[in-house]
Amino acid sequence: MSDIPVAGPEPAPAAPGTPATPATEAGGPAETPGPATSRSRLTGAVLIQAITHGSSTVITILAIFLALVVGGVLIVFSDPVVTRAWSSFFANPGYALAQTWDAVSFAYSQMFEGAILNPATISAAAHGGSIAAIFYPLSSTCAQATPLILTGLSVAIAFRAGLFNIGAAGQWVGGAIVATWLGFGLSLPPVIHIIVCVLGAFVGGAVIGWFVGLLKAKTGAHEVIVTIMLNYVMYDLLQYLLSHQSMLQQPHQTNQVAPFIADNANLGHVGGPPPQAGVGFLIAVAAALGVAWLLSRTTTGFQFRTVGASPSAARTAGIKVERSWILVMLLAGGLAGLSAATVIQGTGTQLTFNSYGTYGPDGITVALLGRAKPLGVVLAGLLFGALHVGGTFVEAATLGQVPADIVQVLEGLIVLFVAAPALIRAVFRLRATAGTGMEAAAKGWNG
Amino acid sequence: MKLELRGITKRFGSLVANDHIDLVVQPGKIVALLGENGAGKTTLMNVLYGLVQPDEGEILVNDEPVHIRSPKDAISAGVGMVHQHFMLVPVFTVAENVTLGAEPVRRFGLPELNLGPLHSPRLSVPSPGLLDRRRARASVEELSQRFGLRVDPDAYVEDLPVGVQQRVEIIKALLRDASILILDEPTAVLTPGETEDLFQIMGQLRDSGRSIVFISHKLKEVQAIADSITVIRRGKVVAERPPSTSDAELAALMVGRSVQLRVSKETARPAGVVLAVSDFSVPGEHGELAVQSISFDVRAGEILGIAGVQGNGQTELCEALMGLRPSTGSIVLDGTDISAASTRDRLRAGIGYIPEDRQEDGLVGGFSVADNLILDVYDRPPYAAGIAMKPDAVRKAALHLVNEYDVRTSSVLTAAGTLSGGNQQKVVVARELSRPNKLMLASQPTRGLDVGSIEFVHSEIVKQRDRGVAVVIVSSELDEIYALSDRIAVMYEGKIVGFCSPDVAEQELGLLMAGAGAGAAEQRGDDAGPHLPTADEILEIPGPSADHAQPPAEEAEK
Repeated sequence: MSDIPVAGPEPAPAAPGTPATPATEAGGPAETPGPATSRSRLTGAVLIQAITHGSSTVITILAIFLALVVGGVLIVFSDPVVTRAWSSFFANPGYALAQTWDAVSFAYSQMFEGAILNPATISAAAHGGSIAAIFYPLSSTCAQATPLILTGLSVAIAFRAGLFNIGAAGQWVGGAIVATWLGFGLSLPPVIHIIVCVLGAFVGGAVIGWFVGLLKAKTGAHEVIVTIMLNYVMYDLLQYLLSHQSMLQQPHQTNQVAPFIADNANLGHVGGPPPQAGVGFLIAVAAALGVAWLLSRTTTGFQFRTVGASPSAARTAGIKVERSWILVMLLAGGLAGLSAATVIQGTGTQLTFNSYGTYGPDGITVALLGRAKPLGVVLAGLLFGALHVGGTFVEAATLGQVPADIVQVLEGLIVLFVAAPALIRAVFRLRATAGTGMEAAAKGWNG
Repeated sequence: MKLELRGITKRFGSLVANDHIDLVVQPGKIVALLGENGAGKTTLMNVLYGLVQPDEGEILVNDEPVHIRSPKDAISAGVGMVHQHFMLVPVFTVAENVTLGAEPVRRFGLPELNLGPLHSPRLSVPSPGLLDRRRARASVEELSQRFGLRVDPDAYVEDLPVGVQQRVEIIKALLRDASILILDEPTAVLTPGETEDLFQIMGQLRDSGRSIVFISHKLKEVQAIADSITVIRRGKVVAERPPSTSDAELAALMVGRSVQLRVSKETARPAGVVLAVSDFSVPGEHGELAVQSISFDVRAGEILGIAGVQGNGQTELCEALMGLRPSTGSIVLDGTDISAASTRDRLRAGIGYIPEDRQEDGLVGGFSVADNLILDVYDRPPYAAGIAMKPDAVRKAALHLVNEYDVRTSSVLTAAGTLSGGNQQKVVVARELSRPNKLMLASQPTRGLDVGSIEFVHSEIVKQRDRGVAVVIVSSELDEIYALSDRIAVMYEGKIVGFCSPDVAEQELGLLMAGAGAGAAEQRGDDAGPHLPTADEILEIPGPSADHAQPPAEEAEK
């Protein structure tokens, strides 16, 4: 029908029953929207077609690979030994190449050992060492990933309803304030205190998100602007609360820090003490499962997705678009609040004026990389968690030669490449397919 | 300029969109390409315009083979194209849009360069310099005068009606010295009046020696304007016919079987009033009243056709009846006042609604056919229990509906946006008609559909009527109004200016639609006055007098 001439190889002859779409659909990530999704179509031929046509998953993996290659170049440049070897490349090319390989492979293998698995710990365990040590890197990665997964889910769920939640940071602060206040202000029995604080954090974030949804529904205020502005409001509110003894500031302190929360409010360990993963990681995984169920298996999720895909069609179908906006922003805020709970209650740290770090912005990247799908968000969160852990490890292992900042470059590159599927296709000579999700991401800005 | 296509073949995977197509366009002729949606008309024209490369075949201009690899090549070969969806920048003026990509430029005292592929007497080479707005305006004005394309060069495109935007596209092509114009479904978005204007312009262009390829699936239009008709079916040229060929023959050639152009229906047997609308007003976009205190009744088992030129308040009326716009007055459905109910509650109260813009309002293009088939019943059993949805029930219902309504799709999981227009509409129709309704509200139910799909949609609507549903059809197509209505209401400037029976002469109805009826209807008083006759009164009108009935062929020749 829509014969808009795009100069691509898919000018849509629009014959009834044009093949091609089911293949790419089935070849995509396992979690596909739509309640009536068949899972039995993934035959070998379909898989091959999906890879050669460059489905979104393949693009993502290739983007990560390409980012690692470019990161490798940066590692080479940051290593004086290797750069010296390259300056005499023509005299001894073999030496330069060997040095390059050594530097890059060392950095990445250190990153892998720090973030995922260190073979040394396996052999140590075989000779009577600690078995727990084998899982230490993975556990740390999960711990790092926990808040990112939750803010990622916050951005992703709003995105599925067509809203761009830039405000995960502000909602995080809202959750953190409530969790801290309930954490040190109350005295409750062990498990109950945890539950009260976690729920409080959810509510603290949800209120901020709800307010954004309400403004959009009632006045039409664009959520991007409102959330950005609310972030500043929340940062300053946090500073204010932390500068007054009568509010949140720790007694006998001049620094902007809150008191430690009660031991009873601390989330338990799963792998080991921080920096290893705790109950917070389980909360993140449960939240991801919950969001996945909500989006694909409930009427509310159907409403969200319809509103996100076409507000006018949703309205015509009798869906209350404004109510969906308010509800989805409430949930998004709540998820960001949960992220704060896992940090405040999970890592044994105090709330300070800059505790919010980059959880909010990272959530946006994680959601985009995960294509706004819960499973994708978990995987993207784990990837970023691994990069954070690996980055610190590689900096220590190379005595600062390879700075931990390299992982921020890697993160940026991954997102950049994922956001430019055409570039990836050009580099890896893949054939184009229609609609890779990122185009939808770009459209999302229209509200 | 003579254009010839020889043996053009284009395949998309296993699908052969164009199968050895031969086509000759003589200078100063209008050639119509007639075919159903998906027959390969647009692909063929995209080949000609350089948007798609053919797998086989060649293109000859004045008997010389040319290679057209991009629209730029096409333009320099003298081929211009007006797309179905306009390629205009809404926030630019007409003059800016027309000259976009080939802007006239004024340099600082330097002589103007006259080189490059886009060179023409009216254009200069695009190169740095000051934009020459005055010359841009002048060239637009000159062209609009020469061909009767009335356009204000300083108007912003977003403020212009669709018909005028189309003129801007035509001027754009003419400014680039197109001697062959391709018009892709140009009338799909036009009102009857705008269509007539377009045909006049096409006639003038033909008289000036330019040739036109006119793509359409509307038989009457093709018969009215074309010098020869080429029928395409499933990628092949199946026939070439003169414009005097009958409707029935052309339709049969197009679809591949004989088609009923006018759905057969028995006399309506209206029962009790289902929908009673009274003193109903709807504010428009800018605060004016788009619908002004209108009142009408619809009875079970009858079809009320609301006729009128597009933009006389019909869209607002439908949306307000569905609760999608604020309104005043009362809407009583089967004894219950629903004027304060939400859209959801109105749907639940038993209204089936086929919206005017199926792609925007009727479907979610990115959703599967299955999800689209439950778009407004997703939260009702058997598709949902509480907040949990039942994917199996959704799938089963979808398979059943796809089968029953003959939706051509490779699977119920295919994205609805990839279906052809006719099949998309079948999805909407299947969804809205498959549940027990009291009232069916259909706005432009067959816009942009081909003959086969129109036949299907019309017969489904009549089936609803015969099942005792009250049906309201809003259409700007007179054919459709005549084919379906048991009673006709005519809207003009937000008011119902008259009711008439479907035996009314086309001319008389046309006058009513043009607003002249506002007074005339009152004079006629007894049967069509604005005193809101009931269905019974209308049905009492004696049958048509012979001089009123007008065969469609005559209309076409005008």
